Formats: sequence, structure tokens, C-alpha cells
Amino acid sequence: MAYNLKEAIKKPNRLSSGHRMCAGCGAPVVANAILRGLKEEDHAVIGSATGCLEVSTFIYPYTAWKDSFVHSAFENAGATVAGAEAAYKAMKRKGKLPADKDTKFIAFGGDGGTYDIGLQSLSGAMERGHDMVYVCYDNGAYMNTGIQRSSATPRFADTTTSPAGKVVPGKQQKRKDLTEVIANHHIPYVAQTAAIGNFSDITTKAEKAIYTEGAAFLNVLAPCPRGWGYNTEDLMIINKLAVETCYWPLYEVVDGKYTVNYKPKNKLPVSEFLKPQKRFKHLFKEGNEWMIEELQKEVDERWERLLELERMTNAE
Amino acid sequence: MSIRERLSGNEAVANAMRQINPDVVAAFPITPSTEVPQYFSTFVNNGSVDTEFVPVESEHSAMSACVGAAAAGARVMTATSANGLSLMWEVLYIASSLRLPMVMACVNRAVSGPLNIHNDHSDSMGARDSGWVQLYCETNQEAYDNFIMATRIAEHKDVQLPVMVCYDGFITSHSIENIELIEDDVVKNFVGEYHPEHYLLNREEPIAVGPLDVQPYLFEHKYQQANGMRNAAKVIKEVSEEFEKLTGRKYEFIEKYQMDDAEYAIVVLNSTAGTAKAVVDDLRAKGVKAGLVKPRMFRPFPGKEIAEALKNVKAVAIMDKADGLNGVGGPLFTDVTSAMVVNGVTDVKVVNYIYGIGGRDVRTTDIEKVYSDLQEIEAAGKVEDPYRYLGLKGGRA
Repeated sequence: MAYNLKEAIKKPNRLSSGHRMCAGCGAPVVANAILRGLKEEDHAVIGSATGCLEVSTFIYPYTAWKDSFVHSAFENAGATVAGAEAAYKAMKRKGKLPADKDTKFIAFGGDGGTYDIGLQSLSGAMERGHDMVYVCYDNGAYMNTGIQRSSATPRFADTTTSPAGKVVPGKQQKRKDLTEVIANHHIPYVAQTAAIGNFSDITTKAEKAIYTEGAAFLNVLAPCPRGWGYNTEDLMIINKLAVETCYWPLYEVVDGKYTVNYKPKNKLPVSEFLKPQKRFKHLFKEGNEWMIEELQKEVDERWERLLELERMTNAE
Repeated sequence: MSIRERLSGNEAVANAMRQINPDVVAAFPITPSTEVPQYFSTFVNNGSVDTEFVPVESEHSAMSACVGAAAAGARVMTATSANGLSLMWEVLYIASSLRLPMVMACVNRAVSGPLNIHNDHSDSMGARDSGWVQLYCETNQEAYDNFIMATRIAEHKDVQLPVMVCYDGFITSHSIENIELIEDDVVKNFVGEYHPEHYLLNREEPIAVGPLDVQPYLFEHKYQQANGMRNAAKVIKEVSEEFEKLTGRKYEFIEKYQMDDAEYAIVVLNSTAGTAKAVVDDLRAKGVKAGLVKPRMFRPFPGKEIAEALKNVKAVAIMDKADGLNGVGGPLFTDVTSAMVVNGVTDVKVVNYIYGIGGRDVRTTDIEKVYSDLQEIEAAGKVEDPYRYLGLKGGRA
């Protein structure tokens, strides 16, 4: 069924309000948009890596999750949810669970718990083909411990372990492309998305990911007002600029076939995305123009490569 | 009717797993426990169990998948050794603190480094305070029997803790011994079906597991966890008595061998107890009142029972197959001596021997040396050096 915003928002939120996430944080918006991809009648087991989302939504004795929820540690959300999914398969086979009712399995992790410390656990869970979705809410640094650099942090960004200093101007390394890493696991469904516009892209992809049999992965941009230094009310603007500059392309890989879901008519320069964020403030100082140029080059190269992958995988 | 077989320790344990037919087994290969998931995956792929086998990419993920599966409501098992157990460390504590029953075959091997694949107890001894019940096994029969009983102990509502069944790498895991297996249906009845009270997959009652547990709550939760371990002693006793009725094989907290009138005793875990019993028999034939105490469990620690068994001896040697690396002695030594003091047994001479590290062979002559040292200690009326090494080349510097 085609996506309809009016219908979609009629669904009750499965992550209830009252949690402790910051105003202007992308993560809870992402979590609720993803959970809107679930059929109302289906139960879910949701797991989370240690991180902002977990410590702000499940503080004993309160939980904001209306489905079953499990948290174990920082680096093992993939394996933990995979274990729950294995239990489901076995218990259903043995008649210990109702045969006519479905439970879906979703793991959330930040970029720290996904790109870095949890990469092995994620890779294992994806390769083994558990019927689950792993959702990375990517805010581009270890925000929960106080904005330290991760392998998802963009080049030149100012973080507390890659500070923009007098000699070294922020993070020196390029951002890891995790979506591509997971696409190369050759699982049935991989997508990159963000909460923009009427949420059609994110919720449609969530539904596909959840109801595709086997392992699925979603990489979702989740801006952080503290780490990125934007005004809390500007969350949706930041998301939109990330997509319009092609810093964060929206695309999906279905059984190996690439589809770029949105191609801006007027691709904005990356400086439009960088400008409202304090972590890139030093890039706009006189003499630092080369950093913006370098970043633009990186964005362009990645975008062209993605378009090429789309052409290649859709060729007759 | 029991079934007479000849099996290695790993084969026996894998057969116990087959008979129990758990919901989920998640494991990663590591010598010398590898055979357990190997045998078990054969059972899975030949359809003799309907378990979901999860061949994970590391032991950290093995224990994490066990946690996820147990929280989901499944009966869960795994196996590992040495560095595999070390890699699980973080998640061992999570499994016990979330009160998730599961059973692990811990096939004892030296923890790196340097790398060594042979038997000592540095792996499970390092995990002694992780909140897992630990059972120790001298023979293949004990490994098999304890593994079956462990399921009942772990899942008991007053315990709800994970259980480690520890047996010696290669010595027990790979040596073939005569063994009596219990019939499949009898094992099935003995372990029963697992019905957790609260579990993730109960869609009628969604739950949340593994919170951020801050200052007003964590202390009480840890106290409840400690109570689970205290309760485990009572449950181990009950389950063992029921098992004895079924099989005729008696399991207590400690095994006392020739202890009634013993003057010189050793306390030792696992397979070395077999070697030591032969020495006790020889010494008894020569008129030496030698005896042996073999704890069957280390957690919960049977301190009262050990102290009671040792109260009338003149001297006791506590044998550790793991060095404490703490300047005072091995882990069994420090726990046994503190239990002796707490239970008022203070006029027995005590000495600690670190032995068998990294698979160093332990012969009857080594054990004879310990008993002769005990007689010297008694004659001298004092212990010059209570922290000793047995079979160390060149002796202690």
C-alpha cells in the first residue's frame, strides 16, 4: 500500500513520550518512524546497544518501549537480538508460541555501537541471516560519553577527541561508509534513509526492512544538537540539508540492486549542510577554504559512485 | 535401564545436550571445547534435536546470543574454554545479573598468555565472581551427570542463575571412559519443560530487560542476585537427591575420600582427584592416614562442609590449578582457609600448592610428595612457606 502520512501518524507511537532524550535529538524521531513500519497487530522484540537511546528510554523502573525490549551491552545488540530471534524460531517450531501470531525483531544502535565497537556482532548477525532489522541511528560521534570521534564522524569535524586545534584542525580521517560495508554482506535488504519531509522514505524503508525475510539493515541519519551544534528547532532542516547536498543520499539495495531514491534537481553545495553546525565552524575561517573543498570533493565522488552502482546493477 | 557406553567427556556432554534438546545453542569453537558444538551441530543437522543452533562469530557474541535467547524465554546452552570464556567476560556478568538460566560446558584450559591450549583452571577460576554457579567434575560420568542436573539448578525459581559445568581439558574432555548414560525419555522427564515466568516473547505481557539501574536500585538488585546464589546450595542438594533416586549416583557438595579418620588431607578439584585417590589408597596400605576432599562446586562455595570435613586433620594441602597471582596463594586456598577460620577450624596446619599450570603433568609421585610434606609440616609443628609450587622446574626462587 502506498505511504500516506495521515494514515501513518494515526498509528500509536510505540516509543512513548516522557523519555529523557534531548530536545532536537534525531534518535527518538527515527525510532518512532521506524516502529511505524510495524503492523499494529505484530509484537516486536526491540534491542538496543548501550547509548543515548538506551539510557534515556529504559531507566529502572520505567520503560518508554511498548513492545518487549532488551539491552545487554554496548557492542552486542546484533548478537543479542539474533539470540532472541533464534529463540523465537525454536520455540515456534516446538509449539511453545502461538503459531498464527508474528513477532518481529529490531535492533537499534548508535554509530559507536554499530560502525565501531559493535561492527563484529552486527556483521555476524547479518551474515547468518537472522530474520531481523538492525537500525543504526548515526549521529556521527560517541554522543553518550560526550561527543568523541567515531569512524562515522565526517572529516574535519570538531569532537572532544578530535578537537579543532591550532595544529590539527579536527578529525583527519574520512567517514567509513557502513551502508556499503553491510550491502557487501549480500543480505536481502539494505537502505540508507533520514527523517525528512512527510517521513515517507524512512517509514516505507522500515516496513520493507521489517517484512523482508532475513537480515536487513537501515542506516539512518540522526543529528545531535549537542554534538553538531545546531539549534534544537532546526533538526528537520539539518536532515533536509544533509540530503539536498548529497552528504547523506537516500538509497536502497534490494537483493543487490541499487536504487537512489532521491536525486536533488539542484544539488546544494556541502557548505550549506556544514554552515549551521558549530562542529564545522573552523572550516569557515579565512584560510580554511581547502577543507570545505576537500569535503565537497569527497561528497561528489561518493555520490557519483553511488549513481554508477545504480546504473551497473540495473543494467539489462 | 541405563545405557553402558564408552565416550569422551565432550561426547558425553554433547549427548546430555541432545537428550535435553534445548531451544537455542550458540557457540564458537575453541580447543578443547570445540567438539561439544561439533557433535551438537551433527545432532541438529541429522534431526535428532529441534534446537536452533547459532554458529556465532565470537564467544562474545555466543554469550550475547545466549542472553538474548534466554531473555526471550528459551532454554539455552553453550560451551567454551580459556580465552573464549575471557572474551565472554562482560556478558557473563550480564547473564547472571539479569537472572537468566543457562548452562555452559566450561572445558578448563589455561588462559593466555602466553598461548597454551592445555588444562589448568585459570579460566573458570577467573570467572568465579561473575555470579555463575560453578560445578566441577572429576570424570566423564560426573560431567554428564552434572550437566543434566545443571539445567534443573539454573532454572529453579529460587535460583534463576547461569551454571558453568567445569571439566578438565583433554584429560576429561578427550579421554574415553566407560560411562552410564540415562535413557533419553528419563532425562527428558527429569529436566522437564522450561516455563519462565516473564520473557520477551510473551506478547501478552511485553517486558523490558536490562535497564539503566541507578543508585536507588542497583544495590537491592545485586542483593537479590546474591540471594539466588545462596539459594542455589539448597537447590543443588534437592536436585542431587532426586538424581540419586533416579540413577543411584550420589552427589554431595563435597566428596570425602577416606576422611573419617584422616590426619593428612588434600583438597583438590576435578581430574587430579582421581590421581590423588590412588595415592591415598597406597598410603593407607602403608598405614598413613591420608584423605581427600573434592569440592563438587566452587560457587556457591561449600565452606561449611569443607571446614567440617577438615576439622580433625593435622595438616591439609589445598591444591590450586590456577595461581592467584596475588602474592598469597591460589583461589581455592584463600576460600578454603577463610572458610576454616569462619567455621572455627583454626588449629589445622594449612599449605597451598600451585600445580598443573598449562597442562603440566601431575603424577602420583607429585601427590605423594604433597602427603610427605604434610607429615613433615606436622612433625615440624609449623608451615615455613604456605604458598608452594608442585612440579615447578628448578623449584621456587
